[in-house]
Amino acid sequence: MNAVPLTGRARPDRRPHSLAEWQALGGYAASTAALAMRPGEIIDMVAAGGLNGRGGAGFPAAQKWRFMPGPGASPGDGPSYLIVNGDEMEPGAFKDRLFLETLPHLVVEGAIIAAHAMHITQAIVLVRDAYRQGIAAMECAIAEAGAAGLLDTLGMRVHASAGRYIVGEETALIEALEGKRAVPRKRPPFPAQSGLWGRPTTVNNVETIANLPGIVAHGSDWFRGLSRTAEGGTKLFGVSGRVHRPQLIEAPMGTTARELIGRCGGVTGNGVLRAFQPGGGASGFLGPEHLDLPLDFAHVAAAGSMFGTGTLIVLDETACPIGVVARHLRFYARESCGWCTPCREGLPWAARILDALEAGTARASDIDVLRTTAAEAAPRGRSFCDLMGGAMQPLASALARFGDLFDDHLAHGCTIGVRH
Amino acid sequence: MSLPETLASGIRHAVASHGGPRGAILEALRLVQHAEGWVSDGRLAEIAALLGMTTAEVDNIASFYSHIFRRPVGRQLVMLCDGASCYLNGADAVRDAVMARLGIGFGEITPDGETTLLNVCCVGACNAAPAAIVGRDRRLVGPLTAADIGTLFADAR
Repeated sequence: MNAVPLTGRARPDRRPHSLAEWQALGGYAASTAALAMRPGEIIDMVAAGGLNGRGGAGFPAAQKWRFMPGPGASPGDGPSYLIVNGDEMEPGAFKDRLFLETLPHLVVEGAIIAAHAMHITQAIVLVRDAYRQGIAAMECAIAEAGAAGLLDTLGMRVHASAGRYIVGEETALIEALEGKRAVPRKRPPFPAQSGLWGRPTTVNNVETIANLPGIVAHGSDWFRGLSRTAEGGTKLFGVSGRVHRPQLIEAPMGTTARELIGRCGGVTGNGVLRAFQPGGGASGFLGPEHLDLPLDFAHVAAAGSMFGTGTLIVLDETACPIGVVARHLRFYARESCGWCTPCREGLPWAARILDALEAGTARASDIDVLRTTAAEAAPRGRSFCDLMGGAMQPLASALARFGDLFDDHLAHGCTIGVRH
Repeated sequence: MSLPETLASGIRHAVASHGGPRGAILEALRLVQHAEGWVSDGRLAEIAALLGMTTAEVDNIASFYSHIFRRPVGRQLVMLCDGASCYLNGADAVRDAVMARLGIGFGEITPDGETTLLNVCCVGACNAAPAAIVGRDRRLVGPLTAADIGTLFADAR
Protein backbone atom coordinates (compact mmCIF):
# COMPACT_ATOMS: atom_id res chain seq x y z
CA MET A 1 0.00 0.00 0.00
CA ASN A 2 1.13 3.52 -0.74
CA ALA A 3 3.28 4.89 2.10
CA VAL A 4 2.39 8.45 1.18
CA PRO A 5 -1.38 8.23 0.64
CA LEU A 6 -1.96 11.96 1.07
CA THR A 7 0.53 13.29 -1.42
CA GLY A 8 1.51 10.22 -3.45
CA ARG A 9 -0.74 11.21 -6.34
CA ALA A 10 0.64 14.75 -6.61
CA ARG A 11 2.19 15.46 -9.99
CA PRO A 12 5.96 16.07 -9.88
CA ASP A 13 5.44 19.46 -11.57
CA ARG A 14 2.83 20.32 -8.93
CA ARG A 15 0.22 21.17 -11.55
CA PRO A 16 -3.25 20.27 -10.28
CA HIS A 17 -5.00 17.32 -11.92
CA SER A 18 -7.93 17.74 -14.23
CA LEU A 19 -11.05 15.87 -13.14
CA ALA A 20 -10.38 13.13 -15.71
CA GLU A 21 -6.78 12.73 -14.53
CA TRP A 22 -7.91 12.57 -10.92
CA GLN A 23 -10.60 10.00 -11.66
CA ALA A 24 -8.08 7.91 -13.59
CA LEU A 25 -6.08 7.77 -10.36
CA GLY A 26 -9.12 6.50 -8.47
CA GLY A 27 -10.35 9.94 -7.47
CA TYR A 28 -13.95 10.33 -6.26
CA ALA A 29 -14.34 6.58 -5.73
CA ALA A 30 -14.17 7.17 -1.98
CA SER A 31 -16.68 10.02 -1.96
CA THR A 32 -19.07 7.98 -4.13
CA ALA A 33 -18.73 5.08 -1.69
CA ALA A 34 -19.24 7.44 1.25
CA LEU A 35 -22.50 8.78 -0.16
CA ALA A 36 -23.84 5.20 -0.10
CA MET A 37 -22.95 4.86 3.59
CA ARG A 38 -24.92 6.02 6.60
CA PRO A 39 -23.45 9.28 7.99
CA GLY A 40 -22.93 7.69 11.41
CA GLU A 41 -20.90 4.90 9.82
CA ILE A 42 -18.45 7.42 8.38
CA ILE A 43 -18.05 9.17 11.73
CA ASP A 44 -17.41 5.82 13.43
CA MET A 45 -14.83 5.00 10.80
CA VAL A 46 -13.01 8.31 11.28
CA ALA A 47 -13.16 7.84 15.07
CA ALA A 48 -11.75 4.32 14.83
CA GLY A 49 -9.02 5.58 12.52
CA GLY A 50 -7.88 8.03 15.19
CA LEU A 51 -7.77 11.11 12.97
CA ASN A 52 -6.82 14.20 14.94
CA GLY A 53 -7.45 17.62 13.40
CA ARG A 54 -4.42 18.87 11.52
CA GLY A 55 -4.96 22.62 11.99
CA GLY A 56 -2.93 22.84 15.18
CA ALA A 57 -5.04 21.86 18.17
CA GLY A 58 -5.18 18.16 17.33
CA PHE A 59 -8.75 17.71 18.48
CA PRO A 60 -10.21 14.34 17.40
CA ALA A 61 -12.05 15.01 14.13
CA ALA A 62 -14.91 12.59 14.76
CA GLN A 63 -15.56 14.04 18.20
CA LYS A 64 -15.81 17.51 16.71
CA TRP A 65 -18.22 16.22 14.08
CA ARG A 66 -20.43 14.62 16.76
CA PHE A 67 -21.12 18.06 18.22
CA MET A 68 -23.15 18.80 15.08
CA PRO A 69 -26.91 18.42 15.51
CA GLY A 70 -28.67 15.78 13.43
CA PRO A 71 -31.08 16.71 10.64
CA GLY A 72 -33.99 18.72 11.99
CA ALA A 73 -32.45 18.89 15.48
CA SER A 74 -31.34 22.52 15.15
CA PRO A 75 -34.02 25.18 15.65
CA GLY A 76 -34.81 27.51 12.75
CA ASP A 77 -34.29 27.17 9.04
CA GLY A 78 -31.24 27.12 6.85
CA PRO A 79 -28.38 24.84 6.02
CA SER A 80 -25.52 23.58 8.14
CA TYR A 81 -22.05 24.57 6.96
CA LEU A 82 -18.68 22.92 6.48
CA ILE A 83 -15.81 25.37 6.31
CA VAL A 84 -12.50 24.09 5.02
CA ASN A 85 -9.84 26.26 6.60
CA GLY A 86 -7.07 27.14 4.15
CA ASP A 87 -5.96 30.33 5.86
CA GLU A 88 -2.46 28.99 6.42
CA MET A 89 -0.34 31.78 7.92
CA GLU A 90 1.39 30.25 10.94
CA PRO A 91 5.10 31.14 10.79
CA GLY A 92 6.90 28.08 9.46
CA ALA A 93 3.78 26.41 8.03
CA PHE A 94 3.61 25.70 4.30
CA LYS A 95 1.73 22.40 4.09
CA ASP A 96 -1.84 23.37 3.18
CA ARG A 97 -0.51 25.20 0.15
CA LEU A 98 0.33 21.84 -1.44
CA PHE A 99 -3.20 20.45 -1.06
CA LEU A 100 -4.85 23.62 -2.35
CA GLU A 101 -2.55 24.15 -5.32
CA THR A 102 -1.68 20.62 -6.32
CA LEU A 103 -4.39 18.30 -4.97
CA PRO A 104 -7.58 20.38 -5.11
CA HIS A 105 -9.76 17.42 -6.12
CA LEU A 106 -8.59 15.56 -2.99
CA VAL A 107 -9.91 18.48 -0.93
CA VAL A 108 -13.24 18.52 -2.81
CA GLU A 109 -13.56 14.77 -2.35
CA GLY A 110 -12.81 15.01 1.36
CA ALA A 111 -15.32 17.81 1.75
CA ILE A 112 -18.05 15.69 0.13
CA ILE A 113 -17.32 12.94 2.66
CA ALA A 114 -17.24 15.26 5.69
CA ALA A 115 -20.43 17.02 4.59
CA HIS A 116 -22.29 13.74 4.15
CA ALA A 117 -21.15 12.55 7.59
CA MET A 118 -22.61 15.68 9.20
CA HIS A 119 -25.75 16.15 7.03
CA ILE A 120 -24.23 19.34 5.65
CA THR A 121 -25.37 20.82 2.34
CA GLN A 122 -23.10 23.87 2.04
CA ALA A 123 -19.29 23.95 2.05
CA ILE A 124 -16.94 26.91 1.83
CA VAL A 125 -13.19 26.66 1.28
CA LEU A 126 -11.54 29.74 2.74
CA VAL A 127 -8.11 30.41 1.22
CA ARG A 128 -5.67 33.16 2.14
CA ASP A 129 -5.14 35.94 -0.36
CA ALA A 130 -1.48 35.11 -0.98
CA TYR A 131 -2.35 31.62 -2.29
CA ARG A 132 -3.70 32.85 -5.61
CA GLN A 133 -2.80 29.60 -7.36
CA GLY A 134 -4.58 27.69 -4.62
CA ILE A 135 -7.68 29.84 -5.00
CA ALA A 136 -7.70 29.28 -8.77
CA ALA A 137 -7.06 25.54 -8.50
CA MET A 138 -9.81 25.05 -5.92
CA GLU A 139 -12.30 27.09 -7.98
CA CYS A 140 -11.46 25.05 -11.06
CA ALA A 141 -11.77 21.71 -9.24
CA ILE A 142 -15.12 22.70 -7.72
CA ALA A 143 -16.42 23.80 -11.13
CA GLU A 144 -15.27 20.57 -12.78
CA ALA A 145 -16.74 18.39 -10.02
CA GLY A 146 -19.99 20.32 -10.14
CA ALA A 147 -20.30 20.00 -13.92
CA ALA A 148 -19.75 16.25 -13.62
CA GLY A 149 -22.59 15.92 -11.11
CA LEU A 150 -20.26 15.06 -8.22
CA LEU A 151 -21.53 17.96 -6.13
CA ASP A 152 -25.26 17.31 -6.50
CA THR A 153 -25.57 16.86 -2.73
CA LEU A 154 -23.32 19.75 -1.74
CA GLY A 155 -23.11 23.42 -2.65
CA MET A 156 -19.45 24.37 -2.58
CA ARG A 157 -17.47 27.54 -3.23
CA VAL A 158 -14.19 29.26 -2.49
CA HIS A 159 -13.97 32.34 -0.29
CA ALA A 160 -10.80 34.31 -0.95
CA SER A 161 -9.60 36.09 2.18
CA ALA A 162 -7.59 39.31 2.35
CA GLY A 163 -4.88 39.03 4.97
CA ARG A 164 -4.83 38.90 8.81
CA TYR A 165 -3.55 35.78 10.56
CA ILE A 166 -6.43 35.79 13.04
CA VAL A 167 -8.85 34.80 10.24
CA GLY A 168 -7.51 31.27 10.70
CA GLU A 169 -9.06 31.06 14.18
CA GLU A 170 -12.32 29.25 13.59
CA THR A 171 -14.74 31.73 15.12
CA ALA A 172 -12.86 34.71 13.68
CA LEU A 173 -13.09 32.94 10.33
CA ILE A 174 -16.87 32.73 10.70
CA GLU A 175 -17.00 36.46 11.45
CA ALA A 176 -14.90 37.08 8.32
CA LEU A 177 -17.31 35.05 6.19
CA GLU A 178 -20.16 37.13 7.56
CA GLY A 179 -18.44 40.27 6.31
CA LYS A 180 -17.24 41.47 9.68
CA ARG A 181 -13.88 42.23 11.25
CA ALA A 182 -12.27 38.90 12.12
CA VAL A 183 -12.60 39.10 15.90
CA PRO A 184 -12.92 35.71 17.62
CA ARG A 185 -16.25 34.94 19.24
CA LYS A 186 -16.79 34.06 22.85
CA ARG A 187 -17.62 30.41 23.37
CA PRO A 188 -20.12 28.95 24.10
CA PRO A 189 -22.02 28.82 21.87
CA PHE A 190 -19.66 26.70 19.84
CA PRO A 191 -19.83 26.78 16.04
CA ALA A 192 -21.62 23.42 15.98
CA GLN A 193 -24.49 25.08 17.83
CA SER A 194 -24.34 28.53 16.26
CA GLY A 195 -21.78 29.18 13.56
CA LEU A 196 -21.97 30.84 10.16
CA TRP A 197 -25.15 32.95 9.93
CA GLY A 198 -26.20 31.36 13.22
CA ARG A 199 -26.32 27.88 11.68
CA PRO A 200 -24.53 24.70 12.82
CA THR A 201 -21.01 24.87 11.43
CA THR A 202 -17.89 22.75 11.48
CA VAL A 203 -14.50 24.19 10.59
CA ASN A 204 -11.86 21.66 9.53
CA ASN A 205 -8.30 22.23 8.37
CA VAL A 206 -7.47 21.44 4.73
CA GLU A 207 -5.17 18.56 5.69
CA THR A 208 -7.80 17.04 7.98
CA ILE A 209 -10.23 17.02 5.04
CA ALA A 210 -7.56 15.59 2.72
CA ASN A 211 -7.23 12.53 4.97
CA LEU A 212 -10.86 11.47 4.60
CA PRO A 213 -10.87 9.83 1.15
CA GLY A 214 -8.11 7.47 2.26
CA ILE A 215 -9.94 6.49 5.44
CA VAL A 216 -13.15 5.75 3.54
CA ALA A 217 -11.35 3.90 0.75
CA HIS A 218 -9.09 1.73 2.87
CA GLY A 219 -10.67 1.63 6.32
CA SER A 220 -9.78 2.70 9.81
CA ASP A 221 -7.39 -0.19 10.50
CA TRP A 222 -5.35 0.80 7.47
CA PHE A 223 -5.33 4.41 8.63
CA ARG A 224 -4.17 3.47 12.12
CA GLY A 225 -1.54 1.23 10.57
CA LEU A 226 -0.01 4.19 8.74
CA SER A 227 1.02 5.68 12.08
CA ARG A 228 3.72 4.65 14.52
CA THR A 229 1.71 5.91 17.48
CA ALA A 230 -1.86 5.89 18.77
CA GLU A 231 -2.72 8.85 16.54
CA GLY A 232 -3.77 7.65 13.11
CA GLY A 233 -2.43 8.43 9.69
CA THR A 234 0.49 10.03 8.03
CA LYS A 235 1.34 13.69 8.49
CA LEU A 236 2.50 16.23 5.98
CA PHE A 237 5.45 17.55 7.95
CA GLY A 238 7.33 20.66 6.95
CA VAL A 239 10.95 21.33 7.81
CA SER A 240 12.52 24.74 7.38
CA GLY A 241 15.02 27.12 8.90
CA ARG A 242 18.59 25.87 9.22
CA VAL A 243 18.48 22.71 7.13
CA HIS A 244 20.12 22.01 3.78
CA ARG A 245 16.97 21.15 1.84
CA PRO A 246 13.91 22.62 3.53
CA GLN A 247 10.85 20.73 2.30
CA LEU A 248 7.53 19.05 2.91
CA ILE A 249 7.72 15.39 3.93
CA GLU A 250 4.76 13.06 4.26
CA ALA A 251 5.68 10.53 6.92
CA PRO A 252 3.94 8.43 9.58
CA MET A 253 2.63 10.19 12.67
CA GLY A 254 5.33 9.60 15.25
CA THR A 255 8.25 10.16 12.88
CA THR A 256 11.14 11.77 14.74
CA ALA A 257 12.85 15.10 14.17
CA ARG A 258 16.11 13.23 13.64
CA GLU A 259 14.63 11.40 10.65
CA LEU A 260 12.95 14.49 9.22
CA ILE A 261 16.03 16.69 9.55
CA GLY A 262 18.13 13.86 8.12
CA ARG A 263 15.91 13.72 5.04
CA CYS A 264 16.53 17.45 4.62
CA GLY A 265 20.26 16.86 4.38
CA GLY A 266 20.93 17.77 8.00
CA VAL A 267 21.50 21.01 9.85
CA THR A 268 23.24 23.96 8.18
CA GLY A 269 25.31 26.64 9.88
CA ASN A 270 27.85 24.89 12.08
CA GLY A 271 25.94 21.63 11.64
CA VAL A 272 25.03 21.30 15.31
CA LEU A 273 21.38 21.48 16.30
CA ARG A 274 20.62 24.05 18.99
CA ALA A 275 16.84 23.75 19.08
CA PHE A 276 13.72 23.29 17.00
CA GLN A 277 10.11 24.33 17.16
CA PRO A 278 8.04 21.24 16.36
CA GLY A 279 4.80 22.89 15.33
CA GLY A 280 5.26 26.33 13.85
CA GLY A 281 5.73 29.73 15.48
CA ALA A 282 3.44 29.19 18.44
CA SER A 283 5.14 26.02 19.69
CA GLY A 284 7.76 25.94 22.41
CA PHE A 285 11.39 25.11 21.63
CA LEU A 286 12.61 21.56 21.97
CA GLY A 287 16.28 20.62 22.07
CA PRO A 288 18.73 17.98 20.83
CA GLU A 289 17.49 15.69 23.59
CA HIS A 290 14.16 15.54 21.76
CA LEU A 291 15.54 14.40 18.40
CA ASP A 292 14.17 10.90 18.94
CA LEU A 293 10.81 11.98 20.33
CA PRO A 294 7.95 10.53 18.26
CA LEU A 295 6.29 13.60 16.80
CA ASP A 296 2.55 13.52 17.36
CA PHE A 297 0.15 15.62 19.44
CA ALA A 298 0.41 13.56 22.64
CA HIS A 299 4.17 12.99 22.66
CA VAL A 300 5.06 16.60 21.88
CA ALA A 301 2.60 17.87 24.51
CA ALA A 302 4.14 15.52 27.07
CA ALA A 303 7.55 16.97 26.20
CA GLY A 304 6.21 20.44 27.06
CA SER A 305 5.62 21.82 23.58
CA MET A 306 2.90 21.63 20.93
CA PHE A 307 2.73 19.57 17.74
CA GLY A 308 0.63 22.30 16.14
CA THR A 309 0.89 22.26 12.37
CA GLY A 310 3.72 19.71 12.40
CA THR A 311 6.00 22.15 10.65
CA LEU A 312 9.47 22.27 12.18
CA ILE A 313 11.60 25.40 12.43
CA VAL A 314 15.21 24.32 12.92
CA LEU A 315 18.02 26.32 14.55
CA ASP A 316 21.67 25.40 14.57
CA GLU A 317 24.10 26.76 17.17
CA THR A 318 24.92 29.80 15.05
CA ALA A 319 21.25 30.84 14.83
CA CYS A 320 19.85 33.10 17.51
CA PRO A 321 16.70 31.83 19.23
CA ILE A 322 16.07 35.28 20.67
CA GLY A 323 16.04 36.66 17.14
CA VAL A 324 13.50 34.01 16.20
CA VAL A 325 11.30 34.83 19.21
CA ALA A 326 11.61 38.53 18.40
CA ARG A 327 10.24 37.93 14.90
CA HIS A 328 7.49 35.70 16.20
CA LEU A 329 6.37 38.30 18.74
CA ARG A 330 6.46 41.10 16.21
CA PHE A 331 4.27 38.91 14.03
CA TYR A 332 1.75 38.01 16.73
CA ALA A 333 1.65 41.60 18.00
CA ARG A 334 0.88 42.85 14.51
CA GLU A 335 -1.68 40.14 13.82
CA SER A 336 -3.61 40.50 17.08
CA CYS A 337 -7.15 41.57 16.21
CA GLY A 338 -6.94 44.03 19.11
CA TRP A 339 -10.11 42.97 20.88
CA CYS A 340 -8.67 41.68 24.18
CA THR A 341 -6.58 44.19 26.12
CA PRO A 342 -3.77 41.90 27.35
CA CYS A 343 -3.13 40.70 23.79
CA ARG A 344 -3.45 44.12 22.15
CA GLU A 345 -1.20 45.84 24.70
CA GLY A 346 0.96 43.02 26.01
CA LEU A 347 2.26 41.56 22.78
CA PRO A 348 3.65 44.83 21.38
CA TRP A 349 5.29 45.50 24.75
CA ALA A 350 7.00 42.12 24.77
CA ALA A 351 7.97 42.56 21.10
CA ARG A 352 9.58 45.93 21.88
CA ILE A 353 11.62 44.39 24.69
CA LEU A 354 12.89 41.67 22.37
CA ASP A 355 13.85 44.28 19.80
CA ALA A 356 15.72 46.14 22.54
CA LEU A 357 17.50 42.93 23.53
CA GLU A 358 18.65 42.47 19.95
CA ALA A 359 19.83 46.06 19.79
CA GLY A 360 21.59 45.82 23.17
CA THR A 361 19.48 48.53 24.77
CA ALA A 362 17.38 46.37 27.12
CA ARG A 363 17.59 46.61 30.91
CA ALA A 364 17.82 43.73 33.36
CA SER A 365 14.32 44.48 34.65
CA ASP A 366 12.99 43.89 31.11
CA ILE A 367 13.72 40.18 31.52
CA ASP A 368 11.45 40.16 34.57
CA VAL A 369 8.73 41.80 32.49
CA LEU A 370 9.12 39.08 29.87
CA ARG A 371 8.96 36.34 32.50
CA THR A 372 5.86 37.86 34.09
CA THR A 373 4.22 38.32 30.70
CA ALA A 374 4.96 34.74 29.68
CA ALA A 375 3.55 33.41 32.94
CA GLU A 376 0.42 35.58 32.99
CA ALA A 377 -0.51 35.53 29.32
CA ALA A 378 0.05 31.86 28.57
CA PRO A 379 -2.92 30.17 30.31
CA ARG A 380 -6.13 29.71 28.38
CA GLY A 381 -9.00 31.99 29.31
CA ARG A 382 -7.03 35.23 29.58
CA SER A 383 -8.37 36.26 26.18
CA PHE A 384 -11.06 35.15 23.73
CA CYS A 385 -8.74 33.01 21.61
CA ASP A 386 -5.37 31.29 21.72
CA LEU A 387 -3.30 33.84 19.78
CA MET A 388 -1.77 35.43 22.87
CA GLY A 389 -1.26 32.13 24.69
CA GLY A 390 0.35 30.67 21.59
CA ALA A 391 2.68 33.63 21.24
CA MET A 392 3.91 33.01 24.78
CA GLN A 393 5.07 29.45 24.04
CA PRO A 394 8.26 30.29 22.13
CA LEU A 395 8.98 33.14 24.58
CA ALA A 396 8.50 31.07 27.74
CA SER A 397 10.49 28.14 26.41
CA ALA A 398 13.31 30.43 25.23
CA LEU A 399 13.49 32.08 28.65
CA ALA A 400 13.68 28.67 30.31
CA ARG A 401 16.11 27.15 27.83
CA PHE A 402 18.38 30.01 26.79
CA GLY A 403 18.71 32.12 29.97
CA ASP A 404 22.44 32.64 29.38
CA LEU A 405 21.75 34.00 25.92
CA PHE A 406 19.30 36.53 27.33
CA ASP A 407 22.02 37.65 29.77
CA ASP A 408 24.47 37.91 26.91
CA HIS A 409 21.99 40.03 24.91
CA LEU A 410 21.52 42.33 27.91
CA ALA A 411 25.22 42.99 27.96
CA HIS A 412 26.07 43.11 24.26
CA GLY A 413 22.93 42.93 22.12
CA CYS A 414 22.79 40.15 19.57
CA THR A 415 26.25 38.99 18.60
CA ILE A 416 24.99 35.82 16.94
CA GLY A 417 22.79 37.34 14.25
CA VAL A 418 21.94 34.98 11.47
CA ARG A 419 25.48 33.92 10.56
CA HIS A 420 25.69 30.77 8.48
CA MET B 1 -15.27 57.75 -13.45
CA SER B 2 -18.10 55.72 -12.04
CA LEU B 3 -17.76 52.03 -11.30
CA PRO B 4 -17.37 50.10 -14.58
CA GLU B 5 -20.27 47.78 -15.32
CA THR B 6 -18.01 44.71 -15.29
CA LEU B 7 -17.10 45.44 -11.67
CA ALA B 8 -20.66 46.27 -10.69
CA SER B 9 -21.93 43.02 -12.17
CA GLY B 10 -19.10 41.13 -10.48
CA ILE B 11 -20.15 42.59 -7.14
CA ARG B 12 -23.82 41.74 -7.77
CA HIS B 13 -22.73 38.19 -8.57
CA ALA B 14 -20.76 38.07 -5.28
CA VAL B 15 -23.86 39.16 -3.38
CA ALA B 16 -25.69 36.17 -4.84
CA SER B 17 -22.88 33.68 -4.18
CA HIS B 18 -21.60 34.94 -0.80
CA GLY B 19 -24.82 34.87 1.21
CA GLY B 20 -25.98 38.44 0.69
CA PRO B 21 -24.51 41.96 0.70
CA ARG B 22 -22.67 41.64 4.01
CA GLY B 23 -20.98 38.38 3.08
CA ALA B 24 -19.93 39.95 -0.21
CA ILE B 25 -18.13 43.01 1.21
CA LEU B 26 -14.65 41.53 1.12
CA GLU B 27 -15.15 40.03 -2.32
CA ALA B 28 -16.39 43.39 -3.63
CA LEU B 29 -13.29 45.11 -2.23
CA ARG B 30 -11.08 42.42 -3.74
CA LEU B 31 -12.67 42.79 -7.16
CA VAL B 32 -12.17 46.55 -7.22
CA GLN B 33 -8.62 46.27 -5.92
CA HIS B 34 -7.71 43.61 -8.45
CA ALA B 35 -8.88 45.86 -11.26
CA GLU B 36 -7.46 49.13 -9.96
CA GLY B 37 -4.66 48.24 -7.55
CA TRP B 38 -6.30 49.82 -4.52
CA VAL B 39 -9.67 50.96 -3.16
CA SER B 40 -10.19 54.72 -3.30
CA ASP B 41 -12.67 56.69 -1.19
CA GLY B 42 -14.82 57.11 -4.27
CA ARG B 43 -14.89 53.40 -5.01
CA LEU B 44 -15.59 52.63 -1.36
CA ALA B 45 -18.70 54.81 -1.53
CA GLU B 46 -19.79 53.15 -4.77
CA ILE B 47 -19.35 49.68 -3.29
CA ALA B 48 -21.33 50.74 -0.23
CA ALA B 49 -24.15 52.11 -2.39
CA LEU B 50 -24.26 48.93 -4.43
CA LEU B 51 -24.41 46.79 -1.27
CA GLY B 52 -26.95 49.04 0.45
CA MET B 53 -24.60 49.91 3.29
CA THR B 54 -22.92 53.00 4.62
CA THR B 55 -19.36 53.83 3.62
CA ALA B 56 -18.41 53.56 7.29
CA GLU B 57 -19.63 49.95 7.38
CA VAL B 58 -17.59 49.03 4.34
CA ASP B 59 -14.50 50.94 5.47
CA ASN B 60 -14.73 49.20 8.84
CA ILE B 61 -14.03 45.97 6.96
CA ALA B 62 -11.60 47.42 4.42
CA SER B 63 -9.43 48.90 7.15
CA PHE B 64 -9.24 45.65 9.14
CA TYR B 65 -7.98 43.36 6.39
CA SER B 66 -4.33 44.07 5.73
CA HIS B 67 -4.39 43.10 2.05
CA ILE B 68 -7.10 45.58 1.14
CA PHE B 69 -5.21 48.74 0.21
CA ARG B 70 -6.82 52.07 1.01
CA ARG B 71 -3.91 54.04 -0.38
CA PRO B 72 -2.52 53.93 -3.90
CA VAL B 73 0.13 51.27 -4.45
CA GLY B 74 2.81 51.36 -7.08
CA ARG B 75 2.68 49.49 -10.36
CA GLN B 76 5.27 47.22 -8.77
CA LEU B 77 4.20 45.58 -5.52
CA VAL B 78 6.83 43.81 -3.44
CA MET B 79 5.76 41.95 -0.32
CA LEU B 80 8.64 40.55 1.73
CA CYS B 81 8.00 37.72 4.17
CA ASP B 82 9.15 38.59 7.69
CA GLY B 83 8.62 35.14 9.20
CA ALA B 84 11.16 33.26 11.28
CA SER B 85 12.19 30.74 8.63
CA CYS B 86 13.03 33.57 6.25
CA TYR B 87 14.94 35.34 9.04
CA LEU B 88 16.98 32.19 9.63
CA ASN B 89 17.99 32.21 5.98
CA GLY B 90 19.04 35.82 5.67
CA ALA B 91 15.81 37.78 5.18
CA ASP B 92 17.14 40.77 7.14
CA ALA B 93 19.95 41.24 4.63
CA VAL B 94 17.50 40.93 1.73
CA ARG B 95 15.24 43.49 3.38
CA ASP B 96 18.13 45.90 3.87
CA ALA B 97 19.22 45.51 0.25
CA VAL B 98 15.68 46.09 -1.04
CA MET B 99 15.21 49.16 1.15
CA ALA B 100 18.58 50.55 0.07
CA ARG B 101 17.73 50.05 -3.59
CA LEU B 102 14.28 51.62 -3.32
CA GLY B 103 15.10 54.22 -0.68
CA ILE B 104 11.88 53.46 1.22
CA GLY B 105 10.75 51.41 4.20
CA PHE B 106 7.87 49.00 4.72
CA GLY B 107 4.45 50.47 4.03
CA GLU B 108 5.89 53.11 1.73
CA ILE B 109 5.79 53.92 -1.94
CA THR B 110 8.71 55.28 -3.95
CA PRO B 111 8.50 59.02 -4.67
CA ASP B 112 7.87 58.29 -8.37
CA GLY B 113 4.86 56.19 -7.39
CA GLU B 114 6.34 53.17 -9.12
CA THR B 115 6.96 50.66 -6.31
CA THR B 116 5.27 49.78 -3.03
CA LEU B 117 7.13 47.76 -0.39
CA LEU B 118 5.29 45.80 2.30
CA ASN B 119 6.19 43.24 4.92
CA VAL B 120 3.78 40.33 5.15
CA CYS B 121 2.98 37.29 7.25
CA CYS B 122 4.80 34.07 6.59
CA VAL B 123 3.92 33.50 2.91
CA GLY B 124 3.83 29.73 3.26
CA ALA B 125 6.98 29.14 1.27
CA CYS B 126 9.48 28.29 4.02
CA ASN B 127 11.08 25.78 1.65
CA ALA B 128 12.07 28.77 -0.52
CA ALA B 129 13.17 31.13 2.26
CA PRO B 130 13.82 34.01 2.16
CA ALA B 131 10.68 34.41 0.10
CA ALA B 132 8.48 37.20 -1.21
CA ILE B 133 5.30 37.59 -3.18
CA VAL B 134 5.21 40.16 -5.93
CA GLY B 135 2.82 41.82 -8.30
CA ARG B 136 -0.88 41.86 -8.87
CA ASP B 137 -1.03 38.07 -9.05
CA ARG B 138 1.04 37.55 -5.90
CA ARG B 139 3.70 35.54 -7.67
CA LEU B 140 6.03 33.68 -5.32
CA VAL B 141 9.78 34.43 -5.50
CA GLY B 142 12.55 32.73 -3.52
CA PRO B 143 14.99 31.84 -2.21
CA LEU B 144 16.29 35.39 -2.43
CA THR B 145 19.79 36.61 -1.69
CA ALA B 146 20.84 40.13 -0.79
CA ALA B 147 23.30 40.05 -3.70
CA ASP B 148 20.60 39.24 -6.25
CA ILE B 149 17.36 41.01 -5.57
CA GLY B 150 16.80 41.66 -9.28
CA THR B 151 14.43 38.68 -9.54
CA LEU B 152 12.19 40.52 -7.15
CA PHE B 153 11.64 43.38 -9.55
CA ALA B 154 11.73 41.49 -12.82
CA ASP B 155 8.10 40.50 -12.57
CA ALA B 156 6.61 42.59 -9.79
CA ARG B 157 3.80 44.08 -11.87
